[in-house]
Amino acid sequence: MVKIDAKIPQGPMAEKWTNYKAHQKLVNPSNKRKLDIIVVGTGLAGASAAASFGEMGFNVKAFTIQDSPRRAHSIAAQGGINAAKNYPNDGDSVYRLFYDTVKGGDYRAREANVYRLAEVSNSIIDQCVAQGVPFAREYGGLLDNRSFGGAQVSRTFYAKGQTGQQLLLGAYQALMRQVELKTVTLYTRNELVNIVMVDGKARGIITRDLITGKTQRHFGHAVVLATGGYGNTFFLSTNAMGSNGSAALQAYKKGALFANPCFAQIHPTCIPVHGEFQSKLTLMSESLRNDGRIWVPKKKEDAEAIRAGKMRPTQIAEVDRDYYLERRYPAFGNLVPRDVASRAAKERCDAGYGVGNTGLAVYLDFKESIERLGEATIRARYGNLFQMYEKIVDDNPYDTPMMIYPAIHYTMGGIWVDYELQTSVPGLFCAGEANFSDHGANRLGASALMQGLADGYFVLPYTVQNYLADDIGTPRMTGDETEFVEAEKESQDRLNQLLSINGQRSVDSLHKELGLVMWDFVGMGRNKEGLENAIEKIRAIKKEFWSNVRIPGSNDGMNVELEKANRVADFIEIGELMALDAYDREESCGGHFREEHQTPEGEALRHDEQYAYVSCWEYQGDDKEPVKHEEKLDFVEVPLVQRNYK
Amino acid sequence: MENNINIKLKVWRQQNARDKGRFETFKLDNISTDSSFLEMMDILNEQLVNEGKEPIAFDHDCREGICGMCSLYINGRPHGPDDDITTCQLHMRKFKNNETITIEPWRSAGFPVIKDLIVDRTAFDQIIAAGGYVSVNTGGIPDANALPISKDEADEAMDAASCIGCGACVAACKNGSAMLFVSAKVSQLALLPQGRVEAARRAKNMVARMDDLGFGNCTNTGACEVECPKGISLANIARLNREFLVAKIQD
Repeated sequence: MVKIDAKIPQGPMAEKWTNYKAHQKLVNPSNKRKLDIIVVGTGLAGASAAASFGEMGFNVKAFTIQDSPRRAHSIAAQGGINAAKNYPNDGDSVYRLFYDTVKGGDYRAREANVYRLAEVSNSIIDQCVAQGVPFAREYGGLLDNRSFGGAQVSRTFYAKGQTGQQLLLGAYQALMRQVELKTVTLYTRNELVNIVMVDGKARGIITRDLITGKTQRHFGHAVVLATGGYGNTFFLSTNAMGSNGSAALQAYKKGALFANPCFAQIHPTCIPVHGEFQSKLTLMSESLRNDGRIWVPKKKEDAEAIRAGKMRPTQIAEVDRDYYLERRYPAFGNLVPRDVASRAAKERCDAGYGVGNTGLAVYLDFKESIERLGEATIRARYGNLFQMYEKIVDDNPYDTPMMIYPAIHYTMGGIWVDYELQTSVPGLFCAGEANFSDHGANRLGASALMQGLADGYFVLPYTVQNYLADDIGTPRMTGDETEFVEAEKESQDRLNQLLSINGQRSVDSLHKELGLVMWDFVGMGRNKEGLENAIEKIRAIKKEFWSNVRIPGSNDGMNVELEKANRVADFIEIGELMALDAYDREESCGGHFREEHQTPEGEALRHDEQYAYVSCWEYQGDDKEPVKHEEKLDFVEVPLVQRNYK
Repeated sequence: MENNINIKLKVWRQQNARDKGRFETFKLDNISTDSSFLEMMDILNEQLVNEGKEPIAFDHDCREGICGMCSLYINGRPHGPDDDITTCQLHMRKFKNNETITIEPWRSAGFPVIKDLIVDRTAFDQIIAAGGYVSVNTGGIPDANALPISKDEADEAMDAASCIGCGACVAACKNGSAMLFVSAKVSQLALLPQGRVEAARRAKNMVARMDDLGFGNCTNTGACEVECPKGISLANIARLNREFLVAKIQD
C-alpha cells in the first residue's frame, strides 16, 4: 500500500525552501565523482539539470531520442517566461506570481511547490542573461516585459517569438560545456525502454539505440526523468511528432504514481485543422492576445455566408462583430487564461457562429492594433509568427484576421512527485512537463519554461544531492546484475512481440483513431456517458493494436515504424488512464470540464469539499483497473474561491 | 485555394551508412496543395506500410520550423523551392501538377548518411562543445538588469541566435563549410558583454574543431546565406574572422 507523503518542509510558506536548503544533506566533492546520475530527456528541465549536476561534480549520463539536445520540443515555446522581477513597477511580487499560478491552475496545485517556483523565478532570468540569452530590451538597455493570460501585470520576459528556443539553447550550451569537460556523457538517438529496479530503488535504465536497434543497460545511483508531456495521445496536438509519454508510462508501471492524468491543456490560439492528412497543429503564441482581438460574427447569417465563402471577414461591420471574450470577461478581456478562452471559442462555434470552411474557427484580428501602433510595430513584435501563419494558411494576417481554434498543447498531469520532485519510487525523480506538480488543472502562459528551468537549475541540484548523500556507500553496478538483464529481456520481448504481430493496420492509422476518440470524448467538453464510451473504445483500440498492427522491417538497425509503435502502445494506455481519471473526477476545474458541472453562466464549477485533491493512480498490472490514492490539497495562503476573470 | 495535384517522386534510399544507396521512384495522386511537404511524405509512407514495404526514413520533429530537425534537399535546394523556410513549412502549393520532385539527404563530408534521408549532424554539437557558450555555472549570478545592453546590440545578437542548427548552410556550400553556423554562435556571444570576455578564445576553439571534423573552407560564395531558413547574415562570418584574427594575434 502506497503512502502519499508530499514531504512539505515545516515553517511559513515564504521560508519553506530556505529552510529546506539550510538543512538538506550534502555530498562532498570527492564522493560526487563516484555517484552516477542518469538524466532522461534534454529539454529545458533535463538539459538544465544535467548541466548543473555536471558542474557540481557528479558523473552524469544524459539521454535524448533526438540527434541533439537542441531539438527537444522546449525549443518551440514561443511567447516567453514569467518571473516576479517587478521591473515594470506594476505591483508584481513573488507572492503575486504564486497567487496567480495557484488561481490560474484552478486550485488544484500544491501551494508549497508553486511558492518555490515563484521564488526561484527571478534567479532563472539572471542565469539566462549570464549565459547570453538575448532577451528583448528597451532603449535604455534594460529588459523588456509583456503580458500573458491570467495576470494583470507584465512579468513575461521574451526573445522575439522564440523564447523557448533561446532558453533551450542556453541550457544546451551549458550542457555541451559539461560534455566537453567530460562530467556528462551524452547519448543521442537513444530511447528509454525500461527502468531498472534494484531492492525497491530506481538504479538504472534500459535504452534502445535508435540507429542500431540494440538495447543497452545503464546504471545510475539516481534516475531523473525529464521527458515532457503526453499531449500526443490526441495524435493532433501542438507537440512535436516525437514527443511521447513512454518514459512516464514505464515509470508508472514500475510503481510511480500517475497524478491527475486528465488535466490536459487546450490552447486557444492554434491554426485550425485543414484535412485528414494533417500531421500536427501549429500554435500561434498567446502573446498575440496582447494586441489581437478575438471575435466571431454577431449574426448567424454572416457566419454562414463566411463558411460558404460568400463573404470576407473584412466585410463585416464593427457593430456586427462579437468580441465575445471582451463581452464576457471585461476585466481580463482577450487575456483570460487558456482554458477559459478555449471553452469560449468552442461555445461560439457550437452555437453556430464559427468561421472558416469547417465552422471550427474564430478570428484573431490585429486591425485595431495596426491602426493604433502601425504595421511596423506589429511586425517587430510578431513578425515571425505572422510569417509562420502565412506559410501555412497562404493568407496575409496583416490584411485579413487570422483564423484560430483550440488544440491540445500541454499536459498538467504527469508523474506524481513530492516536494523534492522525487516520485513514489525511491531514487526516481521527475521534472518539467513530465511531472504534475505546479500547474494544477490549468497552466498559465509563459509558466512552462519557468517550471522546466526552475526544476533543472534550482530544485533538483539540491534535492537529488540530498537523496544521494545517503547513497555514497553504494558502489557502481556493472549492468550485469540479474535485475538489469531481466529488464533488458523484458524490453526486447516487447519489441519482438510488436514486430511479430504482422497485421493489417499502420501505426498511424491506429494512433489517429485513438486521437479522435480522445478529442471527441476526453477533450474540451467531457461527460459521464461520453467517458464510458471512450473507455470502451480505447480498450477496443488496444486490442486491435496488439492483434493487427503492421510494422515493416526488423529490430536490426533503424526502424522508425517500430519506434512509433512502441510509443503508440503507451499512448493507448495513457489515453485510458486519462479517461478513467476524467470519469472519476466529477467536477469541472481548469482544463477539465465536466459538462454536468457548470455554473449557470457556463463556467467551470469545482466541488472543493470532495475534490480538492490530487488523484494519484497506482498501476496494478495489465488489464487491471488502477487504484486511486488521494493527496489532499491544503490551501493556506490562497483561499479557495471560484475563479473570476470578469 | 485547395487543389489536388499528381506528382512523381525520386527519393534517395540507403539502408545504412555502409550501403551505396540509389534513387527510387514513386507516384502519388490527388495530393492536396494545402498539405505540407512532410504530410505528403507521410501519405507516401502510409502507402508503403500498407504494401508491407519499409517507409522512407527522414528527420522531422516540431513541424513548425524551429527545431532544425528536418533536412531535405529538394529539387537541388536545401529545404526546397521557397525562401526563408524549413522543409516542414514547405507546402505542396509550391509544386505543379505532374511535376517530378527529387528528394535527397544533405550531402556533405561533415554529415554522413545514417539511413535514407537521415544524416548525422552531431558534428554541430561537437563544435558547440568546443566553445559555443559563456563559461558560467548555475547560481551566484548578478541581477539580470545589472548590466544594460543597447537594444541594437541585443537585437543583433538575437538575429544571430536565430540559427536552428539544421545544416542547410553546409548542404548548400560547394565546399561543405560550416562557417555560417559557427559564425552565428560566435557573433551572438561576442555582441553581448557576458560573452565578450572569452570571444577570441571561443572563435579559435570553435574554428579549430570545425576544421578537425572535416568541414570545408569558406570561399565567400554566399550560397549559405541564400538557403538559410532563418536569414542568418554573412556579416556574421566577417565578425567571426575578426575574432579569429584577434585570437591569432594574441597567440
